[in-house]
Order: sequence, then C-alpha cells, then structure tokens
Amino acid sequence: MSVDTLFDFLGSIIPAMEGSGLLLVIAILIPCLLLFLVVAVNAIVMVYAERKVAAFMQDRVGPMGQGVGLHAGKWGLLQTVADALKLLTKEDIIPKNADKLLFILAPFMIFIGAFVTIVAVPFGENVIVADFNIGIFYILAMGSLGVIGIILAGWSSNNKWSLYGGMRSAAQIISYEIPAGLSIIIIIMLTGTLSMQGIIQYQAGGMFNWIIFANPFSFIAFFIYFISVVAETNRTPFDIPEAESELVGGFHTEYSGMRWSFFFLSEYANMLVVCAVAAAGFLGGWHSPIPGYFDSNGWGIFWMMSKIVFLIFVMMWFRWTFPRLRVDQLMNICWKVFLPISLINIFGVGIWTLVFG
Amino acid sequence: MYRDFGTILVAAILGIIMVAVPLFLQSLVAPSKKTKEKLETYECGEVSEGSAWLQFNIRFYVIALIFLIFDVEVVFLFPWAVVFKDLGLLAMVEMSIFLVILIIGLAYVWIKSDLDWVKRKVKYAAGRYERIQIKENT
Repeated sequence: MSVDTLFDFLGSIIPAMEGSGLLLVIAILIPCLLLFLVVAVNAIVMVYAERKVAAFMQDRVGPMGQGVGLHAGKWGLLQTVADALKLLTKEDIIPKNADKLLFILAPFMIFIGAFVTIVAVPFGENVIVADFNIGIFYILAMGSLGVIGIILAGWSSNNKWSLYGGMRSAAQIISYEIPAGLSIIIIIMLTGTLSMQGIIQYQAGGMFNWIIFANPFSFIAFFIYFISVVAETNRTPFDIPEAESELVGGFHTEYSGMRWSFFFLSEYANMLVVCAVAAAGFLGGWHSPIPGYFDSNGWGIFWMMSKIVFLIFVMMWFRWTFPRLRVDQLMNICWKVFLPISLINIFGVGIWTLVFG
Repeated sequence: MYRDFGTILVAAILGIIMVAVPLFLQSLVAPSKKTKEKLETYECGEVSEGSAWLQFNIRFYVIALIFLIFDVEVVFLFPWAVVFKDLGLLAMVEMSIFLVILIIGLAYVWIKSDLDWVKRKVKYAAGRYERIQIKENT
C-alpha cells in the first residue's frame, strides 16, 4: 500500500519525525496531490481527445490551433489549456432567484464524490493510494455521491431546465446503479474478495484467466456493467439529463466559468473511475494478456492505463454513433432488460461455479 | 485500517481546497459587471415566468421505491458473494430463495405497469373491467 510505504520511507529519511502524526498526514497528502494532478491532466487530455475523436469520426480535423500570433499549439494540442484559462476569466454569475448556498455547494459535492472515489483505484501492482479491504464496495458507494450534487445543482438553480435535468439524472443514475451493482456481485462471487488488488491478483496468468472469459455469464455481465456505467456517467446515448438540444444543458444551465468546469472535471474523473473498475474487475487490471511477458511493474501501469484508455475511447465512440434515447426507453432498458438479465446472471454464475468448480 | 479512512478524510478536504482555490482565483481575475438581465433565470431569452420550485409529476416515484428495495438487496448480496465459494451449495440455495422472492416482487410491479413511464390503466385486470368499457393504453 503506497501510503504505508511512503510513510516508512519518509520516516527513514527524517528520523526525528519517525512515526509522528504529521508525517502520516504528509505521507497521505503527497499521493493525494498526485491524484489531483492525474484528475486534472486526465480531464485536459480527454477533452482534447474527445474533440479529436469526434472530428475524425465526422470527417473534420477538429481543433488545429490555427491563426496568427497567439494560437493553441501544433494540432491544437494546447486548445484545452486555452479553454481552461478562458473559463478562469469568465464572469461568475449566480442568478438572483437561485438558492445561493446550495448553488455554491453543488460543484463541491460533485467534485468530492469523484475525487474521493478515485483514491481506491489501482493503477499498478503497487500504485494505489488506499487499498481498502472493501475497495470495490467503497467505489460503488462513493460513486453515487455525485448524484446528490446533481440534484442540488438542478434544484438550487431555480430554473425549469435544470430541475428537469436534475430529476431525470437522479432517476437514471439510481436505476442504472442496480444492474452495475449486480454485475459487480459476479466479480465478487468468483474472486471471494472485495479488495481491488485482491480481485486483480485473482486474474493472474494470461487473458483467459480474466473474469470476462471465466464463464459465459460473466461475459454478459461485463457488457451490462459497461453500458450501465455509460448511463451512470450521463454520457450519450444516455445523456438526457443534459441533452443540449432539449434541456439546454440540464442541471448546469445556470452555471458558468469555473463552477461549470467542475461539473466536467468530475464527469471525466467519473469516466476514469468506472473504466478503471471495468478494467480491474473484468479485464485483468494490470496483468499482461500474455502470461510471463511484459509483467514488470512499469508494464503493469501501461496495461492498466491502456485498458482504461481503450474503454474511454469506446465511450467516445458510443457518443458519435448512437442517437440519444428517450426517457421512457431508458427506464425500460434498465428495469425490463438489464435487471432480469443480471439477476439470471447471478444464478448462472452460482450454478456454474458449483458444477465446474 | 484507520490510515485507510484517514486517507479518505484528507482526500475529501483536499477536494474542497482544490475546488475553492480556482474559484478564488476566478474572483480575482474575472470581471464582475452584474446587470439585472444577467442575473435573471435563463429561459431561452424570454422573460422568465415564475419560479421553478413547483409541484410536478416526477414519474419515477414508484421506481425510487423499487430502487431502494433492490439496492438493499445488492447490499445483502455483497457479504454473501464474498463467502459464496466457501459455503457452496447451501449458500446458493438460501440466496436463491431470497432472490426468487424479489424476482416475484419485480414481476408483480412489472405487471402492475409501475415500471412504465406512462402507466397503463387496466392491463392487469382486463377481464374484470371489460363491462365498463375502459380500454388499454389510455
């Protein structure tokens, strides 16, 4: 566990402070600050990637940073940085009818929900800030903290679009949490542990030991989980809470500048978390697909990141491929298709494990 | 153990700071020219009509209740799933009973049409109300 190793390491460097509480706080702060850097860089890179992926899929070139004088780098590489600076200099408007306290509180809620979740995500064999013994349960629990922020934002804006967006989002996120949770149950049934590292260690030894290939039911469970988390992160085709063309932004209609940007920072952080859980739970985490090759610590981070990036790319691919679902279709799919299938999955995995070991 | 949860506390406090600092920077850098129109609620450019804090049909009221039941079910399943491999057949049978009861509940709600966005009227009692001429999907 990285906090513990860092704590011992710092203690050996500064013997005068060995074992003190202050040192522990420092040992926790350093990885947490790094994690914030990961979240921020992740958002910047992903916004750029999203725009480029969108552009190439629609036969455009996307941001190219053209222009005389001040421009956004080669191939528009600095476009997102420029956008972030622009957002920083935007006027901060709180509508006079809004509930001011809740309006200010909402971005905090959403961001904390996303940031506290990412603490338990493993990025490599030893690269994890806090390896809880209840890791995956913790991620599932904290992941749904964001919905409180969304409802706060929708309600406090005192705007009809926002209210609709917030309510739709609440219905959608809580509904899709159940198929996602039931699919995670299957991982736990097979591995017998709730710790993220424990789950990944179970999948050692090549890609056919990954849980997605463990049996036919877990293969289905992966797809149910992935589609459910696409809905949970409010991504297209499940983005009716923020549907630009009908709700003009949904729950963040009234937000501008930095406050608004935190909604997006958290959305991209949430995407990172859910893709990391999918990669760790079903796709073998930091294990290499070929047993015995490329298995060192550095390669572990590479495998984990490449799996996460691939899944995020699939999410972006979804966005530019599927039309948006209607709200009743959305609820139908969740309650009438995914929920029965995932319940049957649990029976299936149970019987499969009892029969085949 | 308490180190783990201390990490969460530190992360949460850091999260608050990391949101507060850019907001503070913005208040230093950004212009502030508030006008009456700017502070109006956005309604596609029209003058806004009334408050949004009104009573409206949130539709998924029943779904929220079902969600609660199933979420508690998922919580029950977690400890069971951890020890499932050790307990074997007995655990499977016991949890099957629990799940079947819930599935019957789901089927009941489904037939009652509470999972639909627009609730059908008499699908589940078509025979009984045939005399009084109430049609489906009204």
